[in-house]
Amino acid sequence: MAIVFQKTKGLTEKQTHYCPGCTHGIIHRLVAESLEELGLLDKAIGVAPVGCSVFAYDYFSCDMQEASHGRAPACATGIKRVHPDSAVFTYQGDGDLASIGAAEIVHAAMRGEKFTTIFVNNAIYGMTGGQMAPTTLIGQKATTAPLGRDENHAGMPLRVSEMLATIPKAVFVERVSVHDVPNIMKAKKAIKKAFEIQMKGLGFGIVEVLSTCSTNWGKTPVEALKWLKENMIPYYPIQNFRNPEEVK
Amino acid sequence: MAGKVTFDENRCKGCELCTTVCPVKIVIMDKDKINIKGYHPATVKEMDKCIACGSCARMCPDVVITVEKL
Ligand SMILES: Cc1ncc(C[n+]2csc(CCOP(=O)(O)OP(=O)(O)O)c2C)c(N)n1
Ligand code: SF4
Ligand code: SF4
Ligand code: SF4
Ligand SMILES: [Mg+2]
Repeated sequence: MAIVFQKTKGLTEKQTHYCPGCTHGIIHRLVAESLEELGLLDKAIGVAPVGCSVFAYDYFSCDMQEASHGRAPACATGIKRVHPDSAVFTYQGDGDLASIGAAEIVHAAMRGEKFTTIFVNNAIYGMTGGQMAPTTLIGQKATTAPLGRDENHAGMPLRVSEMLATIPKAVFVERVSVHDVPNIMKAKKAIKKAFEIQMKGLGFGIVEVLSTCSTNWGKTPVEALKWLKENMIPYYPIQNFRNPEEVK
Repeated sequence: MAGKVTFDENRCKGCELCTTVCPVKIVIMDKDKINIKGYHPATVKEMDKCIACGSCARMCPDVVITVEKL
């Protein structure tokens, strides 16, 4: 008998507080598996955000630090500069990274800080009960946009990967999704690559992962995956925007 | 290729995501059982049909499932 799949050592035994079907759980697992497979668990230091993943420090078996809202890139900058041989990552939601923390991520990328950001875009503020995020889609309902996001009132959703890809020292930028098994495999490949690039000291790397929030989207977990595929991917295309081969 | 899946039943949150990705459609919710969290847990009744592809385990957000190749 050979094991085809088992729980990675990169995750603790603790059961998560996430809602049923929340894809934060899949993304945690992919990060943990990547660290284990790259032999980085003993060297890894993660920075947890404010958002539903605020307790991520309980779920990863590596060292973890909690940051204040949006400030994970600043914490990661300090940690990586003091411990340059460690594998440092931030794990941030779209409210955390693209709203209150927008300046932090832009400047960390501009400076070419050598850490990896896992950016979980579920187009909503999950933890606080479903307010509109900068990434909320046009027409998508939120508690602060009960009739759906209106372009004339709230502008157009922010495409973070496209924006960061214009920054020279953001050497690895890729958007992936976890709405089905083939995309989950591709997401893991991108996350692994981002960590490899960090360990080579090439610059800042970010993987944007399209994720669901069935609770605040008002859908079942299965419906939420379908909604992601049909609504988020057309606006947030799954693609690599920057990779080190193009960085001379 | 024959496979065997095991469910760490009390971790299951009954989200049903695993039931949508099995190529031989054998992952179902066990309506006769309620786990410690109060959900009907996912299960497989026709284990002989499992091809050990690992899809159900990769889709699960709560690492409930272990997959073995026989
Ligand atoms: C300084 C500060 N401002 C606001 C909040 C309230 N707050 C907590 S989480 C959050 C947004 C979370 O959304 P996101 O980052 O998208 O994470 P998700 O829960 O969707 O994974 C906000 C606004 C806070 N905790 N601290
Ligand atoms: S509120 Fe949304 S993002 Fe938060 S755990 Fe629940 S489903 Fe996941
Ligand atoms: S391993 Fe594949 S075939 Fe077996 S139960 Fe899971 S999804 Fe179905
Ligand atoms: S995906 Fe996991 S948590 Fe959801 S029903 Fe299946 S085994 Fe349970
Ligand atoms: Mg969010």
